[in-house]
Amino acid sequence: MLGFFNALPGAVSQGLIWGIMAIGVYITYKILDLADLTVDGSMCTGAAAFVVLFNAGVNIVLALLCAFLIGMLSGFVTGALHTFCGIPAILSGILTQLGLWSVNLAIMDMKSTVAINITNPETLDKLLVSLRFVQDVAKGDRPFYRHPIFVVGVFTLVVIALLYWFFGTELGSSLRATGANQAMARAQGINTSFNKVLGLMISNGLVALSGALLAQYNSSCEINMGRGAIVIGLAAVIIGEVLFSKLFRNFALKLLAVAIGAILYYIVIQAVLAFGLNANYLKLLSAVIVAIFLSVPYWKGKYFSKPVRKGESQRA
Amino acid sequence: MLEIKNISKTFNAGTVNEKVALNGVSLTLKEGDFVTVIGGNGAGKSTLLNAVAGVWPVDSGTISIGGVDVTRLPEHKRAKYIGRVFQDPMTGTAATMQIEENLALARRRGCRRTLRPGITKAEREEYRELLKILDLGLEDRLTSKVGLLSGGQRQALTLLMASLVKPKLLLLDEHTAALDPKTAAKVLAATETIVQRDNLTTLMITHNMRDAIAHGNRLIMMYEGRVALDISGEEKKKLTVEDLLSKFGQATGSDEADDKLLLS
Repeated sequence: MLGFFNALPGAVSQGLIWGIMAIGVYITYKILDLADLTVDGSMCTGAAAFVVLFNAGVNIVLALLCAFLIGMLSGFVTGALHTFCGIPAILSGILTQLGLWSVNLAIMDMKSTVAINITNPETLDKLLVSLRFVQDVAKGDRPFYRHPIFVVGVFTLVVIALLYWFFGTELGSSLRATGANQAMARAQGINTSFNKVLGLMISNGLVALSGALLAQYNSSCEINMGRGAIVIGLAAVIIGEVLFSKLFRNFALKLLAVAIGAILYYIVIQAVLAFGLNANYLKLLSAVIVAIFLSVPYWKGKYFSKPVRKGESQRA
Repeated sequence: MLEIKNISKTFNAGTVNEKVALNGVSLTLKEGDFVTVIGGNGAGKSTLLNAVAGVWPVDSGTISIGGVDVTRLPEHKRAKYIGRVFQDPMTGTAATMQIEENLALARRRGCRRTLRPGITKAEREEYRELLKILDLGLEDRLTSKVGLLSGGQRQALTLLMASLVKPKLLLLDEHTAALDPKTAAKVLAATETIVQRDNLTTLMITHNMRDAIAHGNRLIMMYEGRVALDISGEEKKKLTVEDLLSKFGQATGSDEADDKLLLS
């Protein structure tokens, strides 16, 4: 039990980092109504680009920005395959994701793992987040504002604030309309193809950014790090929605719910590990958790709905 | 205002499901014309409207609106000139967005969407006033999600959205067909009011012959992808359902279509 509580700050930090990724998934899955599987690849792309650039001595902010941009590029590819080539969205994402595996390896110079050398204190100091900082702050070796929870927390709030602003603009509103009703959007002069590409770019940019943060946190990038990311992202989106949909009506709060969903997901995982589950079963557990949470709204509607007034059910 | 020259459209060409939906249709609307369109199932009414709206490209022929050739323009670019209301009340509005957000989207039809705010305070006041005219109590529900509205309310809202920026052409595709008779009459009355007020050039498909006769200054009847009848002026004013049926019989040389027309 003590082990679980000791691991809690780490779990929350990781959850927050995945939360940014989950917000990216929210944009495609909830706002654009597209299931985008690119994220399984673009998460690692962001991480790989960041680690390689950072190790080459590039400024950390610039390296993060590059990770974001390369994520946007992968989103663009999926968007182009979907809109310009007419391939179904889910298949476009799978194609990009598959192709990205080779791209990621190429970025990492054909190595399956690239590490950041954190034994060098100067290098460690330059990082925004690191697993080490969790322990250092606990011991009092570093000020509290270097704690990953604080740093990534601020990061998340800035991302939410920017997205809140963007989706309130003319362009952002037209993006929401594209996801809500394409026929209506086009009738109102909205270029739905452009908007889908734009949404996929923003989403994958955030996913890649999250990957870059995760690589810092783990001080390495590994070719398999994004595998199954979409499921974790969906888990966060759905946990957040199921738990907070009654409470959070505002768009910014809904995004916050997604971030909290990711944190809860990691706490649950940590708890299960503390109970002695073999880590090999984590993916199966993730799949089961997501399957359950995805079925809840369906079962609720099917078995627990209130009787409908006469005539109303036919109108649908 | 609208000039359709000899357009044709065949669906599933070269397969067993081949269907010639439009077969050389030509039609010219003057500014302020309110044309009602009738015809049986599969006569090409909706196909004609979709061709004008640009849902897909036509196989041949040209379409121009207000002197601009739009034949090659995609749907979202043609939207600059066209206001539309659909048969299905779900199609014309975004259910998960608020009433005011839907109106704000329509207010920007034909404009470039920038990073300016999606809706302003002044707009909200304007929308409140406009919704009062509809007399459906929507003016106090600006921030309600459109999904909560009834079919009739949604059609009325779509109509308001279609005319928010004055369109060069208003396309109404059986927009009262999915409503109960009382609501349909209300929406039709609102249509008449808005069309008269803004002097809109309008194409309205209806399945109801009486509505087709009662509204507009011109009536066309479609048959097998062509315009079979075109009645306007004094002749249109004096028209009865019986006249229409006999004229249709003369024009197409068939009388078996009568029942189909009345029922569809």
